Amino acid sequence: MSESLAQWLMSEAPVSRRQAVLGNAYRGFLAFVSNPAALAGLFIVAVLILMATFAPLLAGGISPIEQNLASRLAPPSAAHWFGTDELGRDIYARTLYGARVTLTIVMLVSVVVAPVGLAVGTLAGYLGGWIDAVLMRITDIFLAFPRLVLALAFAAALGPGIENAVIAISLTAWPPYARIARSETVTIAKSDFILAVVMQGASTWRVLFKHIVPLCLSSVIVRLTLDMAGIILTAAGLGFLGLGAQPPSAEWGAMVSAGRDVILDQWWVATIPGIAIFIVSLGFNLLGDGLRDVFDPKSS
Amino acid sequence: MQEVGQKSWVGGALQRVGSFLASLALTFLGLTAVTFLISRLTRIDPVLAIVGDKATKDVYDRTFFALGLDKPLIVQYGVYLKRMLSGDFGVSVLTSQPVLSDLIRVFPATFELATIATFIGVSIGVPAGVLAGARKGRWPDHLVRVVGLFGYSVPVFWLGLVGLFVFYGKLGWVSGTGRLDVFYEDIVTRHTGVILIDAAIAGEWGIFGNALSHLILPAGILGYYSLAYIARMTRSFMIDQLSQEYVTAARIKGRSFWGAVWLHAFPNTMVPLITVIGLSYASLLEGAVLTETVFAWPGLGLYITRALFNSDMNAVLGGTVLVGAVFIGVNLFCDLLYKVFDPRLRTA
Repeated sequence: MSESLAQWLMSEAPVSRRQAVLGNAYRGFLAFVSNPAALAGLFIVAVLILMATFAPLLAGGISPIEQNLASRLAPPSAAHWFGTDELGRDIYARTLYGARVTLTIVMLVSVVVAPVGLAVGTLAGYLGGWIDAVLMRITDIFLAFPRLVLALAFAAALGPGIENAVIAISLTAWPPYARIARSETVTIAKSDFILAVVMQGASTWRVLFKHIVPLCLSSVIVRLTLDMAGIILTAAGLGFLGLGAQPPSAEWGAMVSAGRDVILDQWWVATIPGIAIFIVSLGFNLLGDGLRDVFDPKSS
Repeated sequence: MQEVGQKSWVGGALQRVGSFLASLALTFLGLTAVTFLISRLTRIDPVLAIVGDKATKDVYDRTFFALGLDKPLIVQYGVYLKRMLSGDFGVSVLTSQPVLSDLIRVFPATFELATIATFIGVSIGVPAGVLAGARKGRWPDHLVRVVGLFGYSVPVFWLGLVGLFVFYGKLGWVSGTGRLDVFYEDIVTRHTGVILIDAAIAGEWGIFGNALSHLILPAGILGYYSLAYIARMTRSFMIDQLSQEYVTAARIKGRSFWGAVWLHAFPNTMVPLITVIGLSYASLLEGAVLTETVFAWPGLGLYITRALFNSDMNAVLGGTVLVGAVFIGVNLFCDLLYKVFDPRLRTA
């Protein structure tokens, strides 16, 4: 049974649209699971999501913000797995809750960046002419900006906080998506099936949303996964400088910064949240590499 | 025939330079527009920043009009742009110096750091990338991949702290934060602002050594990031070249494998490689912000972050414009180099 299912999926001559779609998905799935690095990445990202979701449960009821000055800067022990920070807060609990902040930033940035990039890129690529020239000029200008410094200036002007960090990162992160979406759109717009839909009377918007955007999505998603690590690192950098999530909420970059003054004597305060940032970035990098190999074997 | 080709090459190059200058100007306009908007978005009242919160309504209003804040935004932007172009970035609240002279004072420190880091990145990254590309799928390739993945995933400020903890705190191999030990400071005359050069000019080799032991850790860490990027790109250029038929032809004619790699394939990777190195250099000039903060390295990055915490918007935005201008310049210059030196793009 399962063998015939596999045969049906791998068929070189699918008889229905559903078979073709499922077959493609199955081939991608096979390529993905045969890549151990990609699976490791997926595992890390899944753990991050679980950590963020079940932080209170996993922390065993320990509050991430409750101060206990009597046991400040305690080394890792059975009571405090990762030790405590300068205010006696449990670093294990703070690391768990920090996953929420990281995940929030990553999700918000993706939600802003992908649609903006897609909109600019597909419009420019499909409409062409002066709209293309103007939009791509603007994209190029933003692409040439220094990312971190501009994000710093934005965060400084708007005031510290997660929302402003997200805005600052998004403002400098969207141009590559517009570039990708445009180059995909230019190729797609030339194909016969688009011509066929246009001749059937589809409006420009319908062509864009129903036919072009869905086809651009996969490359945008792959790029987004690859960019996640960069976004996390920029967010952590802003947090480290005090421009991200504000105290007392637990944010990994800010936690590293708090451990800075005591690095020589109490290494765990700065080291552990840094390792968390590293592992999560690594996870997204591995996952992104794996997805790219599946969706776009040429570029690897 | 030769001459015609030569002429059109020069013409093409001139055209490239023209479009380079145009996009440089346009991008700079865009950058200043963004920094201008940031300065308008800021929560800090520009009038209060000058007159203080004890000023009377009358003084406040006069300053308000003197600053031209009643004019339409576009007019204000014109004034702003004119000031930027004449090098007037305003006065820093923190140092009470013109921002421009502050920037000139701190820039050499960042320049020194980024240059040494790029040197490390190129001298290790390029050979490693060539090796990985030539030995695709073998251990050198995997090693470069792992080194690259680590570099793309580890936060630079954290690596700096851990580096300080291990190499300064535990092993004592390098000096701590700053550019020099306190008792060495302000001894050598400032010629270039790059301490290694100034100390060498003065013949103060003790200071030279001290500066080097301060520099080696931050430069090594930044160099590592540059190395990871350069090696990864070199690898993919190399693989691309080695799959070409001319390599096979050279091998058939009896060229050894490594001979084909270094004498045939490698020269062809040089053009894109120069672009990659330039981009990495530009991003180091910019990305040194966090490293400088960790190592208390008195360069542009530290200047900007310090200004940031003192609500010194003139300094922040002046620094942003300078970093941006350097970044844009190097970026577009690499683009130009690429187009001028790649024959396939020359005619296109």
